Amino acid sequence: MSRSLKFLAPISAAIIIAAPVLAQQTLGLGRDALPDEIAAWDIDIRPDGLGLPAGSGDVWTGEEVFVDKCASCHGDFGEGTGRWPVLAGGVGTLSNADPVKTIGSYWPYLSTVYDYVNRAMPFGEAQSLEPDEIYAITAYLLYMNDLVDDDFTLSDENFLDVEMPNAGSFYMDDRAETELPIFAAVPCMENCKDSVEITMHASVLDVTPDVADEEEAVVEEATAEPAEAPTVALDPVLVAAGEGAFRQCKACHQLGEGATNRTGPVLNGMIGRPVGSVDGFRYSGVFQEAAQAGEVWTQESLAAFLADPRGTMSGTKMSFRGVRDAAEIEALIAYIQSFDG
Amino acid sequence: MSEIFKGMKPSRRNFLKGAAASGAALVGGTNAAKAAGDPAILEKQPWAQFLGAGVDEAPYGVPSKFEAHVRRQNVPWLTADPVSSINFTPLHELDGIITPNGLCFERHHAGVAEVDPSAYRLMINGLVDRPLVFTMQDLMRFPRENHVYFLECAANTGMEWAGAQLNGCQFTHGMIHNVMYTGIPLRLILQEAGVKTAGKWLLPEGADASGMTRSIPMEKAMDDCLVAFKMNGEALRPEQGYPVRLVVPGWEGNMWVKWLRRIEVGDQPWHHREETSKYTDLLANGQARRFTWEMDAKSVITSPSPQMPITHGPGPVVMTGVAWSGRGTIPRVDVTIDGGMNWHEARISGPSLNKSMHRFYYEFDWDGKPLLLQSRAHDSTGYVQPTKEQLRSVRGENSIYHNNGIQTWAVDAEGVAENVEIS
Repeated sequence: MSRSLKFLAPISAAIIIAAPVLAQQTLGLGRDALPDEIAAWDIDIRPDGLGLPAGSGDVWTGEEVFVDKCASCHGDFGEGTGRWPVLAGGVGTLSNADPVKTIGSYWPYLSTVYDYVNRAMPFGEAQSLEPDEIYAITAYLLYMNDLVDDDFTLSDENFLDVEMPNAGSFYMDDRAETELPIFAAVPCMENCKDSVEITMHASVLDVTPDVADEEEAVVEEATAEPAEAPTVALDPVLVAAGEGAFRQCKACHQLGEGATNRTGPVLNGMIGRPVGSVDGFRYSGVFQEAAQAGEVWTQESLAAFLADPRGTMSGTKMSFRGVRDAAEIEALIAYIQSFDG
Repeated sequence: MSEIFKGMKPSRRNFLKGAAASGAALVGGTNAAKAAGDPAILEKQPWAQFLGAGVDEAPYGVPSKFEAHVRRQNVPWLTADPVSSINFTPLHELDGIITPNGLCFERHHAGVAEVDPSAYRLMINGLVDRPLVFTMQDLMRFPRENHVYFLECAANTGMEWAGAQLNGCQFTHGMIHNVMYTGIPLRLILQEAGVKTAGKWLLPEGADASGMTRSIPMEKAMDDCLVAFKMNGEALRPEQGYPVRLVVPGWEGNMWVKWLRRIEVGDQPWHHREETSKYTDLLANGQARRFTWEMDAKSVITSPSPQMPITHGPGPVVMTGVAWSGRGTIPRVDVTIDGGMNWHEARISGPSLNKSMHRFYYEFDWDGKPLLLQSRAHDSTGYVQPTKEQLRSVRGENSIYHNNGIQTWAVDAEGVAENVEIS
C-alpha cells in the first residue's frame, strides 16, 4: 500500500480543485450523506452547547415528566430504586469510603445530562422525548440537586449559564507521571520477605455466585417443565414467537418461577386476574381506579392495552410505545398465558 | 527442557514418585483402574461399538455436551437489570490465547441490538470534506487487516478494590477476551471523507438503544483503530456488535463501540456520560482522572484458581495463566508459589503479539503443603504489574476502574483455592 497521509493534507486545503486528485487518492466508496440523514442521526450535545436544539422546560413540568417516565427506576426524588442509578444528593461524599456520585455531586457538565437523557432514556424507550421535555427533566434534576430554585426554567438560551459544582475536580490521565516511574522498578526475585500472612479471605464475604446451585436449578427447570404445562391448549409456535417478542418487555416485567416485581409488576397468571392486583406493586392512579372498579384482565383487554398503552390506560407509568402488529400481540398474550397457574 | 521445568525438581525419579504418591487422591476412574483393571478399558464403550452422528448433525458445530459447564456467567447483585449488565469469560476453563467467540464476556447498556446487515449504514460526518454513508457492501471493498487484540473492560477486577471479594478468576478477571479481528483501518475510512485540519477528535456512536458514544483522539484513530466485521474468522457475534464494531487496541473496552453506526469528527471531546459519570477514576482525595484510556499491564493465574482446584494431589502441577498490556507485548511474567518470598520466571508459550493476551506456564512439583500463588507481568515498556497495596497507595479504593494489582490465590493442603490478600 503506497497510500500516504502526506497527500491528504493538501487535499483538505484545496477542496474544490482537489476533487480529481481526491478521486485518485481515495477509493471513491460510499455516497454523500444527505442533510436530512445527518440531522436524523447527529443528536450529540457538547459542553459548549453545540447540538442543543431550541426549547425550554421548567422545574414543575420536569417533575411531572420525571415522575411519569423516570421515577419507576430512579425514584421520585432521584434516590434510585434497587440498584438503578441515584441522580441526586451525594455532595461532599466523594472522598468518603462510600462516595455517592450523582449529577449534582459528580457530573462535570450539564450537556452530558441532556445528551444522555435524549439518546438513551427512558430505559427501553430511547429517543422518545421531545426537547421541551428534556429541558424540563434537566431543570428538575438541577432542582433536586439544589442547584436551581423551583421557579427555574432551562432553555437553550441559558443552558451555558449553569455551572456544575464538581466541574473543576477532573484532570487528564496522569499515570505516565504519577505511576509509571514507580511501577517500573526492577522487582525482587529471591528472599523478598521473611514471612507472609493472609490478611483477607473472599470466603468471608461470600458473594460469589454459586455455580453448582445454578446448574441444579437449570436441571430442575428442565425436568419440571412437562408438569408445569399450561392447562389452556396453547400453540407452541405462537408461544415461542411470544417469547421472542417478550424481549421488549423483559427490562421491566418478569415471568415464571421466582419472578418478582421490577419496574413493572409480575405477569404470571395475568389473564383472568383483577387489574392492578399484584401484591407489593405501586400502581399508577389509573390502574388503582380500574382495580376498584373490579376490572379483570382478559385476552381482549390485554390486546387493547398492548396496542396502545397510554390510549387505553391514560396516565399509566408504563413508558412503552405499544405493539403495532396484531400477530405479535397475539403471540405475546399466548406467551404470558403459558405462565398461568 | 530446563526452561520447561524451571522451578521443578526435574529428576525422573522424583517425577514418578510424585505421581505414585498422588495415586490415592486421583479422581474415580483412574483410581479404580489400579485395583482390578480399568472398566474404561475393559468394558466396551458405546462410542466404540455403535455409530455416531453423521455429518450435518450440527451444521454450525457446538461444543461437546461434556463441556456444558464452560459458560459465561453473570454476578446478579452487580447491576440493576440483566439488559444493562455484564457477564464474565470463563478464563479458568480456557487455554492458549484465543477466546472462543461464544465465551467472550458481554457488556450491554440496552441489551443486544439485532441489526439487519442489509439495513446497516455507517455514517461519517462532522469536520470532514464530504460526509459519507457506507453500506456493508461498501465496507467489504476496503483493504482489510487481521490483528489479535485483547478487549478488557476498565471495570475488570473493579469489585476487588476494597479487598478480596469474588472466588474465581472468571469473576475477578473475566471482563476480558482476546480474539482475531478482521477489519478496515479506520484511517482509510476517514481518508475517504477527508478530515478537515480542525478535526482532532472522533465520536463513534452505536446503533443500540443506549446510543453508546465515546470521544477518541484523532492520533489513536489514525494509528491502529479498526472498523471490524469478523472475529476469529466468523461474523461478529450479535452480542459483540454484529455486523460492525470499533476496535481500539489496548484501550478500555467501553470505547470499542458495538453496532457502530456513525463516526463524527470534531475539534474537541464531547464529555458524554460514559467518559464523565462513568469511566473516570475517582481518587482518595475526591478528584478524578479522566480519559484513562490505556489498560495497564496485568496478569492472573487461571489454574490452579478457586474454580480450578488441584484435584490430583501432590506431584507435578501445571500452573498457567494469562498476561496482557495495553502498551505493548509481555516479554516476561514472574510467578511465586510462596506468596512472594521467591519468584520464578514463567514460560510464555504461543504468539507474543502487541496488545494481545499472552499465555504463561510454570510447572512445579507440589509437596502437598499450602501455596500462595501470584503472577506479575512485565510489559515491553518496562512497566511491572504493581501489588494491590502499591495501587491503593496511589489511588485509594474508590476508583472502580483500572485495577491491575497482583492477584493472590491461596491453595490449601487439599488443593482447594481461594481468593485472598496477603501481607
